[in-house]
Amino acid sequence: MARKPPEPMQYVKQRRDAALRALVGGVPYIQFLGISFDRRGDELTALLPFDQKLIGNPFLPAIHGGVTAAFLEVSAIIELSWSLLWEDIESGAISLEDLQAGTLPRLPKTIDFTVDYMRSGLPRDAYARARVTRSGRRYASVQVEAWQDNHDRPFAHGAAHFLMPRREGR
Amino acid sequence: MSERKAQIAKQFIQAIPHATALGMELTQIGDGKAEICMPYDPQLVGDPKTGVIHGGAVSALMDTCCGAAVMSHPESPAATATIDLRIDYMRPATPNQSIRAQAECHHITRSVAFVRAVALDDDSDNPVAMATGTFTVEGR
Repeated sequence: MARKPPEPMQYVKQRRDAALRALVGGVPYIQFLGISFDRRGDELTALLPFDQKLIGNPFLPAIHGGVTAAFLEVSAIIELSWSLLWEDIESGAISLEDLQAGTLPRLPKTIDFTVDYMRSGLPRDAYARARVTRSGRRYASVQVEAWQDNHDRPFAHGAAHFLMPRREGR
Repeated sequence: MSERKAQIAKQFIQAIPHATALGMELTQIGDGKAEICMPYDPQLVGDPKTGVIHGGAVSALMDTCCGAAVMSHPESPAATATIDLRIDYMRPATPNQSIRAQAECHHITRSVAFVRAVALDDDSDNPVAMATGTFTVEGR
């Protein structure tokens, strides 16, 4: 039997980008902080462009510890949701129309979140990448790291647990 | 805690751009304890389907409140920075209600301050979140 020809790249990209937009664009708080996501294949990098309203200590100045925590938390939850959606995006089980309409399955909920502040956040852009270390039926663990100018010198690290959304028919 | 120190702490909190951006208001401070209110704001929503505030905004509130509690401790010279903060989210905050954080610096050494905090909405018997943190003690 002849193999099915691969889908044209632009369709695949369109669906992936629509999924990411649906995931990120619908959350007011992500917009409020100005966080966006850069996608390379399935790899996501969160970007937090510097803004005056993110300052915590105006005398240093430094990014607010709460902003850092929120940035890590947003990166972690988007990475986990993205990894849960990925298969359905790739198989086309979630249609482009659904994604464009912003219809998404239920997302995981944060159970707890721990932040380590390694150095103060400078008044510059920040980046973060998260890694799902365990993805079970009910619970998931995610590690996340944020850096600024130098990737080898992260300024904060986070570890989170999430409650997975209930699947249909369980 | 002296009136003057409380005043300084209050001014400091109100000078934090991010605290202002989130609409935070310091409602109580003194002797290692602080209370900060954050009004409900549609901009801070994490789940548009339910209107529940994003956990990140609760984290920002907790961090600020814990820092304020440390600054107000009689044995703290004033400045502080977060070393580590853990937050447990017990339930989603009820939409359209403000969130109130109460923090207490329960132990302080020459270099480390230990803090616990709770976040409440109108149903104050059922906390929304709890936090445990350690903070630096600066300038001694």
